[in-house]
Amino acid sequence: MANFDLNDDSVVVIIGTGAGGGVLANELAQKGVKVVALEAGGRYLPEDYINDEWESFGQLAWLDARTTSGDWRVAKDFSGLPAWIVKAVGGTTTHWAGASIRFQDHEWKALTNYGAVDGANLLDWPIDGAEMAPWYEKAETKLGVTRTGDRAGLPGNNNYKVFEKGAKALGYKEVHTGRMAINSKDYDGRMACQQTGFCFQGCKWGAKWSAAYTDIPAGEATGNLEVRERAHVARILHNDAGKVTGVEYFDKDGNLQMQKARIVCVAGNSFESPRLLLNSASSMFPNGLANSSGMVGKNYMRHTTGSVYAIFDKPVRMWRGTTMAGIVQDEARHDPSRGFVGGYELETLALGLPFMAAFLNPGGWGRSFTTALDHYENMAGMWIVGEDMPQLGNGVTLSDTKDQHGLPVANVNFNDHPNDIAMRNHAYKQGIAIYEAVGATRAFPTPPYPSTHNLGTNRMSEKPQDGVVNKWGQSHDIANLFVSDGSQFTTGAAENPTLTIVALAIRQADHIAREMSANTI
Amino acid sequence: MGIERLNKTGMTRRALLGRAIAAGALTVTGVGFVAAPNAAWAMEVTVITPAQMAALLQMARDIYPHDQVPDKFYAVAVKGYDAEDKKALVEAGIAELDAAAKAQGHADYVSIGWEEDRVKVLTAIAAGTFFNTVRAGLVTGLYNQKEVWPIFGYEGESFSQGGYIDRGFDDIDWL
Repeated sequence: MANFDLNDDSVVVIIGTGAGGGVLANELAQKGVKVVALEAGGRYLPEDYINDEWESFGQLAWLDARTTSGDWRVAKDFSGLPAWIVKAVGGTTTHWAGASIRFQDHEWKALTNYGAVDGANLLDWPIDGAEMAPWYEKAETKLGVTRTGDRAGLPGNNNYKVFEKGAKALGYKEVHTGRMAINSKDYDGRMACQQTGFCFQGCKWGAKWSAAYTDIPAGEATGNLEVRERAHVARILHNDAGKVTGVEYFDKDGNLQMQKARIVCVAGNSFESPRLLLNSASSMFPNGLANSSGMVGKNYMRHTTGSVYAIFDKPVRMWRGTTMAGIVQDEARHDPSRGFVGGYELETLALGLPFMAAFLNPGGWGRSFTTALDHYENMAGMWIVGEDMPQLGNGVTLSDTKDQHGLPVANVNFNDHPNDIAMRNHAYKQGIAIYEAVGATRAFPTPPYPSTHNLGTNRMSEKPQDGVVNKWGQSHDIANLFVSDGSQFTTGAAENPTLTIVALAIRQADHIAREMSANTI
Repeated sequence: MGIERLNKTGMTRRALLGRAIAAGALTVTGVGFVAAPNAAWAMEVTVITPAQMAALLQMARDIYPHDQVPDKFYAVAVKGYDAEDKKALVEAGIAELDAAAKAQGHADYVSIGWEEDRVKVLTAIAAGTFFNTVRAGLVTGLYNQKEVWPIFGYEGESFSQGGYIDRGFDDIDWL
């Protein structure tokens, strides 16, 4: 394992070790690039994961202070918890469900294909499906995505079987057990899924891909990657020429350290990445680093989500097996005749009893609520994930609240766009219809949870005035400063974002290594 | 949690009903205990009054009523309010609750016979801090008791048994 000097200014510093940073760190290390990865959380491996919802939440979730505002219900029900993401080596790849689907071609060009939408700040990505196809293939191979390559699909569990039968009764055609980064057979030294449930709490079998036990140790094994755990980056530093030179961070003992760097890559997810750029403001960059466009922290997207749970007269036992066990893709198309632009996926989801009590109807009480839980064993569930509109007013600003290091925390402001609401209502209606088609006696359109898909706050743009980074994730303003996580998303598309984050990270590593060799950065 | 915790928190089977005075579905014994009428369990309170604990228990059941869940689990969920740092909250909160009951023509909250009428009283204070503190606390205090899970059919972790790959992950037979 590598151990680099704080004054070694030849290293690439990566902030965050999730789907973006963790993959980028390994990919660069494999190419012989020296990397210091700074991770705010600790290191947890399959033997450490806890199959108990609240206990696991306490172990893995990012619980540092954040504040919220806006009309979204999360701001009322979970005011200090706008996102359900992970603070640990491997980031939220520990928690994710594993759904790994590519963007549809039209989604790369949302502005062109949807047209301007009032109140939305739509923009085309500076890349497209053809450009990304080979990188998607590399990502699918890395993650072992089922139903890609020659990898078989996973078997359907009880929750899926209910969902599939209802969906097919409605005439849906694209119904299957998903393209999942969960092994249907042993793959890449990791075993096959044992249908244990608790995918959100970290896979104790290692059957689900997580950077924590794949890319991170693979990168460390090269001798080119040093991961510093419990290292909370406070500020990115720059010189008079406007190039970044290193980062200041609080180490595990709370001492401020300074690591020099040739290149800095920010991958702290869509709240922490813009927060760090804003907290790095200087006399040369008074509005924060890489922010000449004013777009750092803006255009926050969280996918149009929600859930539908339904009760049947007989047991389903939805918690058994993979948490996200199948998908309906028919509604993912762009078809404005439905009353909204963009589309959505329906994916099965199960929560254990403790989280169902917390999330079914936050704040709810009385018999309307408890008679739903009384039939928990007979419940099936699905999650909506659809494209939401980027809006200038949605996003991350610095709060008056300070964290444990005295740094201003992220305030997350979010208001639903009318398109988001129309899409969610359509999805609720379709989801309920799916369950009613198999005899549901009662259905629950459940509001969005704290966000797991956090996107867009350092968006990619062709023109520097429209966004923060170019098509390589390289900031328009500072050539040796990159963004490597989902915050670079120009638009959100309907698909779960991790596969795209991984594909972009593999592609970015290629670009960075090439430019370093050419001595252009 | 579970039996060990029940014992640690002072709940044991006790025959305390001899001197009992009725208070709703529960019994306030008058000597620092709240007990079930059938003596299935009793809870000692040391900081707040037995009457306040009885009101909290009734409130817990009215907020999250599960007829198949015995009182002892609700007792575990609210036991933490018998503490010095909660005393002021409980005193003011139960006073608020009883005042709302009086405003609706009742003697106090726990003596209201029908749940429907108690819910009307709770609704009157539902925007307040006390109600929301108790409600939010119950979400974990009640539903995160592992001993409650089987009552709802929830099986908890399965890793120790090798998951459900050979134990019914796809055994649905009624579709």
